[in-house]
Amino acid sequence: MRLLIVEDDAEAAAYLTKAFREVGHVADHAADGLEGYSMAEGGGYDVLVVDRMLPRLDGLSLIRSLREQKDDTPALILSALAQVDDRVKGLRAGGDDYLPKPYAFSELLARVEVLSRRRGAPASEPTVYRVGELVLDRLAHRVTREGQEIALQPREFRLLEYLMKHAGQVVTRTMLLENVWDYHFDPQTNVIDVHVSRLRSKVDKGFEHAMIHTIRGAGYMVRDSSR
Amino acid sequence: MTAPAEIPTRRRQRFLPTLFRTTAFKLAAAYLVIFAIFAGLVLGYVAWNAQRLLTDQIRSTIDAEIQGLAEQQRLGGIRRLVGIIERRSRAPGASLYLVTTPVGERIAGNVEALPPGTLDRTGESEIEYARSSEGLDTPSRAIVRVFALPAGFRLLVGRDVEERERLGIVIRRAAGWSLALIFILGCFASWFVARRVLKRIDGMSETASGIMEGDLKGRLAVTGTGDELDRLALNLNAMLDRIGELMAGMQQVTDNIAHDLKTPLTRLRNKAEEALRSAKTPDELRAALDGAIEEADNLIRVFNALLMIARLEAGRISDNMGELDLSEIVSGLAELYEPLAEEAGLSLASEVAPGLKVRGNRELIGQALNNLIDNALKYGAPDQGGDGTVIVAARQVGDEVELSIADHGPGIPEADRGRVLDRFVRLDASRSKPGFGLGLSLAAGVVRLHGGQLRLEDNAPGLRVVIALPAAPKPVETQVPSGPAASTETSNPAGLPTL
Repeated sequence: MRLLIVEDDAEAAAYLTKAFREVGHVADHAADGLEGYSMAEGGGYDVLVVDRMLPRLDGLSLIRSLREQKDDTPALILSALAQVDDRVKGLRAGGDDYLPKPYAFSELLARVEVLSRRRGAPASEPTVYRVGELVLDRLAHRVTREGQEIALQPREFRLLEYLMKHAGQVVTRTMLLENVWDYHFDPQTNVIDVHVSRLRSKVDKGFEHAMIHTIRGAGYMVRDSSR
Repeated sequence: MTAPAEIPTRRRQRFLPTLFRTTAFKLAAAYLVIFAIFAGLVLGYVAWNAQRLLTDQIRSTIDAEIQGLAEQQRLGGIRRLVGIIERRSRAPGASLYLVTTPVGERIAGNVEALPPGTLDRTGESEIEYARSSEGLDTPSRAIVRVFALPAGFRLLVGRDVEERERLGIVIRRAAGWSLALIFILGCFASWFVARRVLKRIDGMSETASGIMEGDLKGRLAVTGTGDELDRLALNLNAMLDRIGELMAGMQQVTDNIAHDLKTPLTRLRNKAEEALRSAKTPDELRAALDGAIEEADNLIRVFNALLMIARLEAGRISDNMGELDLSEIVSGLAELYEPLAEEAGLSLASEVAPGLKVRGNRELIGQALNNLIDNALKYGAPDQGGDGTVIVAARQVGDEVELSIADHGPGIPEADRGRVLDRFVRLDASRSKPGFGLGLSLAAGVVRLHGGQLRLEDNAPGLRVVIALPAAPKPVETQVPSGPAASTETSNPAGLPTL
């Protein structure tokens, strides 16, 4: 994955490029908004990571300008302003995701990977998600594993749906809270973990291999571990 | 240029324009002019009407007399008429009589001189006359009526109008005096009012400058009469109180940051130092680093919460306010927390009436409720002495939506209920629990921003937090499928792109 990091703080930028390269991505760095804009315009990036406050051209304007050029490279906004409206403003400007500073790198990585994957995905969602023997039928609202039906509560169904949609990718607790519950605040407790462990007890119990994996320090991942 | 002589004149010159520029003076002058015009009009109308009435009366008396005299003449001829006229002429009074021959010679009557041609016109007229030939120099005015008798004789009957003129003079004089009096009294009254108002406004200005110079405790004087100036003073005082609160809040935040954030920072530093000194294996180092990150995350949380509270208290209403289905938010949160409660040995029950609507910010309200439910689960747990039931309820009460989160924990003593809403206040009983003492302050801030009230009540035993929010006006049936939306992609009410 090719990433462009637009960040004026040299130290933060160095940390990010290094961290992304370590996990095997190609990361370029632009130190101000204009430079970021011309580099992004050149194209070829899978995801843009844009700081909100930048010299010469601020992050929101950068994204807005790109969108006006019909450039829809997924963009994630980093912002030190953790205001309530901030996320909404960022998304209105054409950003695809928003992460307030300070953030955990694992959170940023998970989100960036989801963004890059989405870009290559077909426009319409498949109606059935399959991970190994685990099958989730979105239309029939049915989940089966090795042919056995698994009865899920509506919210559990949506939780599994989201995890399976991003099968093979790390999904963080915040991402789950935002996308399954549509809550954009800090619950300060491990609410999500309890939901995941309930789901896990229904999906994985009695089977040889686990489907729902806990990724330490990051979140969860659905993956067929039998192979 | 002799300075000593200059000063008083300059002062006067400065004082008068100041007076003329005051609103009180302008208002008083305008009222005075309008009032004087009205008074003049009213007095003029009265005078005119009185004159007219008198004239009418005189005319009808003359008419009646002429009719009577004409009747006498018809019955007894001109001789009898002359007799009556002579008798009446001798009586004192304002009545005028004259009978003349066809050639205009006087036969009887008390009028000596008339303007020429008066007798040629029958009917009514207002003329100057004299009772005696000497009086011609100072003629009097009269209303007369000339009546043609048979054979060319003429009868004149009239009334002197001196009485009417006198009345006119009296009225005019009275009007003049009243206008003068109105003007003088008006001037005094407006001067008095202007001075009073000016004095109070000057007092207000003075207090205001005092406050600007740093006396933040200063308040404007309120007289208690409830007039405009009092209302203004009350409002300004309320504004000053609000500013004072904000300043105090800022001060408190600074103090809190200095004090309460230093503790975890010190802990973080100690952990790092300890690890550097004594950790031998990579695993030990890793554990120490994990601990440090956790400590840093906690700090960030406290920091975010503090900033959020400060922003809420500054009353900056977010532009991301819209109509919210509170029922959906509350049941959603109850559902989110239900497994966690169960795991901790509690039972979380929700009693939520459907379709409760408020105007607000979904994230703020969500965060506030989240904090309260989190608290209830923390303090309502069976190990706190309660039975572990937590009830989250929402219902409509009048034009308000009332939310309540009730636990059976130790509750909050009445004396402490006001205090716990402040930042960083943790009662001794809760010291052992995790937390920073910000959850309730944040919830209270959110509720205040939404124009609602947060009350702490005794749940006997335990605590019940009640939030009353103004209900959104009932919309005209625009039914959007509410409740937990069916799929991840459509669950975003703002229609914004999410992952």
